[in-house]
Amino acid sequence: MSDASQDPPTRRDFLLLTGTAMTAVGTGAAVWPLIDSLSPSAEVLALATVEVNLANIEAGQSLTVVWRSKPVFVRHRTEQEINQAAQATERDLIDPEADSARAVRPEWLVIVGICTHLGCIPLGQKTGDNRGEFGGWFCPCHGSHYDTSGRIRKGPAPKNLTVPEYRFLDDTRILIG
Amino acid sequence: MKPQIRMAGGYGFALVVVATLVVVATLAVAGTIRPATAAEGGKAPPKQDWSFNGALGTYDKAALQRGLQVYREVCSACHSLKRVAFRNLEALGYSPEQVKSLSAEYEITDGPNDEGDFFERVGLPSDRFPAPFANDNAARAANNGALPPDLSLITKARAGGADYLHALLTGYREAPAGHEVPDGLYYNEYYASQQLAMAPPLTEGQVEYADGTPSSVEQMSSDVTQFLAWAAEPELEARKQMGFKVLLFLFVLSVVMFFATRRVWSRVE
Amino acid sequence: MSAPHSSHSGSHNATPAKGFYGWMEARLPALSLFNKTLRDFPEPKNLSYLWNFGSLAGIVLVIMILSGIVLATQYTPHVDMAFDSVERIMRDVNYGWLIRYIHANGASFFFLVVFIHMFRGLYYGSYKKPRELLWILGVIIFLLMMATAFMGYVLPWGQMSFWGATVITNLFSAIPLVGEGIVQWLWGGFAVGNPTLNRFFALHYLFPFVIVGVVIFHIWALHVVGSNNPLGIDVREERDQIPFHPYYTFKDLFGLSVFLFFFALFVFYAPNYLGHPDNYIPADPLVTPAHIVPEWYFLPFYAMLRAITFDIGIPFTDIVFVEAKLGGVLVMFGAIGVLFILPWLDRSPVRSGRFRPLFKPCYWLFFVCCVFLGYVGAKPADATLLGLPLQWFGLLGIVYYFAYFLVLLPFVLPKLEKVPELPVSIADAYSEKSSGKQKAAKEQNPTEEGQAE
Repeated sequence: MSDASQDPPTRRDFLLLTGTAMTAVGTGAAVWPLIDSLSPSAEVLALATVEVNLANIEAGQSLTVVWRSKPVFVRHRTEQEINQAAQATERDLIDPEADSARAVRPEWLVIVGICTHLGCIPLGQKTGDNRGEFGGWFCPCHGSHYDTSGRIRKGPAPKNLTVPEYRFLDDTRILIG
Repeated sequence: MKPQIRMAGGYGFALVVVATLVVVATLAVAGTIRPATAAEGGKAPPKQDWSFNGALGTYDKAALQRGLQVYREVCSACHSLKRVAFRNLEALGYSPEQVKSLSAEYEITDGPNDEGDFFERVGLPSDRFPAPFANDNAARAANNGALPPDLSLITKARAGGADYLHALLTGYREAPAGHEVPDGLYYNEYYASQQLAMAPPLTEGQVEYADGTPSSVEQMSSDVTQFLAWAAEPELEARKQMGFKVLLFLFVLSVVMFFATRRVWSRVE
Repeated sequence: MSAPHSSHSGSHNATPAKGFYGWMEARLPALSLFNKTLRDFPEPKNLSYLWNFGSLAGIVLVIMILSGIVLATQYTPHVDMAFDSVERIMRDVNYGWLIRYIHANGASFFFLVVFIHMFRGLYYGSYKKPRELLWILGVIIFLLMMATAFMGYVLPWGQMSFWGATVITNLFSAIPLVGEGIVQWLWGGFAVGNPTLNRFFALHYLFPFVIVGVVIFHIWALHVVGSNNPLGIDVREERDQIPFHPYYTFKDLFGLSVFLFFFALFVFYAPNYLGHPDNYIPADPLVTPAHIVPEWYFLPFYAMLRAITFDIGIPFTDIVFVEAKLGGVLVMFGAIGVLFILPWLDRSPVRSGRFRPLFKPCYWLFFVCCVFLGYVGAKPADATLLGLPLQWFGLLGIVYYFAYFLVLLPFVLPKLEKVPELPVSIADAYSEKSSGKQKAAKEQNPTEEGQAE
């Protein structure tokens, strides 16, 4: 435009700058919905919590429930398993964490059953399963051993099995998520 | 200079050949390693001389028909075959009428009808084999928690294929001393963990073959294995026959193109 | 069609082109572009059969796109139906089994061809000045191929599809802070599921066309700088070169027919040999297969991914710089990343490995090392070799892989190697070689003839 060239330079620069900036912001704002549409959608997020009844799980037994399409291991731990978990010192652990910090009530262990290495499901839920060298869980994919607190003790996994957010609704029911 | 370059020229071609061979060998190694790791723990099944092996292998239709009988009378109590339709059975040598009457022996759940109800009707050639259980959970509940797999793809879905299946069906033995087999499991050295939830499915003389073949365990296992191999790869005969023609064509084409290329290149000084 | 416009056309030619050609030329000079770039394009006359694999890769790309489009018309990208729809293709669709086996084995052969193409470039220094950008575009194509192949392998929704997708997408969780978020964004959920399958299908369809785009740039760059050749010396005069057609069209067609022969061998007689039996079991998110193994062409990278089983930090302290998981991911991506800067790493003034006596053993050891890493990747994580953990040998292989690029090529070899006397003329070398061959043939000396070919 011929008008623009006659404007004082500062005003023209300001207009050009504002125009460019607004274009950039507008493009970003238009692209964001496209990117965010790939994030978990509303109906997926709706299945975010699950309630578990603990009444039928005997000591030494485990239950697998599905939470957010992930398996969650609920283990009713025996006295021996609790002791084993408590005895491990910081030295033994790859990802040091006290057992007491991982279980709201010591006899119940609730963990996400997905190996922290590359997302496989560790064995150890069924009676005949290989539970690894530490009596907890064993990941058959790349050989990670977890102890009775679900902590990584040996193998390639970097972190302990995740404890999901959960609370006791009463003595026999928990709400995960 | 001259001999060096000449050698180098030949070297280049040799390089292609060697590199290709090495890579193909690598493929072979990778290929042979994988079945070995997948079947880890299980004994390697002995190789069988199936009629469908080899460049122009075909299925033995009489064996397939006997195998179908074994599947229907034995396996189908627990295992589904949900990808095979009755119409496919014409490949076993049955006439369309025979297929129609065979499918009519089955009841198929269909619906909903005008009242909104599901109902049973007679099977048609276009139907697929109905499953013995309504769903996987019902199958597990009826089988001590173990899920009998669908058999439509079983020879493709197991390392060792038909050899493995035959070895497994005939591989039940007394567990060796010192090997504890838990209740509800059976010892079989070809299975990955040596103990599986399927009881020995075949017993001597269990099936009375329509063609009068004596039904030894070996015979029934061999027949049903061939039937399931067909179920998994119904295209095998067409594939091998077409392959033979294609390879022949490509071989001749390669020879022709080799000489054509040489002819074109003879102009280059 | 011809008369009125023919006089305006042919501004590039002394004699104006006539007929349809001339009419086209005046409006859109596509045909002359095609002629210039494909028919008359001058190539060095001494290219060996290793130079077949570039155009071969292009043809395989076309085969993959054509068979893929046809498959897409029959495939259903839904977790409940994907496996069944593939089986329907195999059993009920006319020639469905053929098209699917071509597509599935085509992926393997595409990688085979591209690997040979890349190793040829590595040996003859095809990445060196002035072909740096040509090489980098090639590496980008390779990366896109890997992404495409990975997503394609997920589509049949078998056990290996699902667990392969789970393992590979989980790689991104190794990224500090934002890793978890990125992974959920990739999945569109809290695990690999229907949204994941759907988007992988969409992207698997898209990426090959992106590859075509980069291939066009790759070929464009090739036409600017010209082909390298086995001697690695520059083209100096016209007689060093011959037109692409008919010489290389015929040579490439001969190569193509040989290639198709081996390809057909797999498609018709061993269609599942390169696959995994577990992928004929429908995906089950609650049952992990005992061994998750990627397709063979990913095995060396898979070995790198698994080899780092220790945190990297200051010894005897708790200070960790790189966690084991992130370490594996960095090594794997680094192995490809290093290819991007290769043109500036190799500081030898000589292109062709043929004239580099010390480079040769280093190169072949590198080749063996890559094959060996593939072997390590195929074995279970706790396998042993000669009584020692296989992982240790894997680490050794990785060390050599990086040493080759980061130590041998830039620092050791240029220092130790004397610059040899290179041949001056491609044409002279070629005619000496061919006359030598003819002489040998005339002498009817069978042993010498055997050596020459």
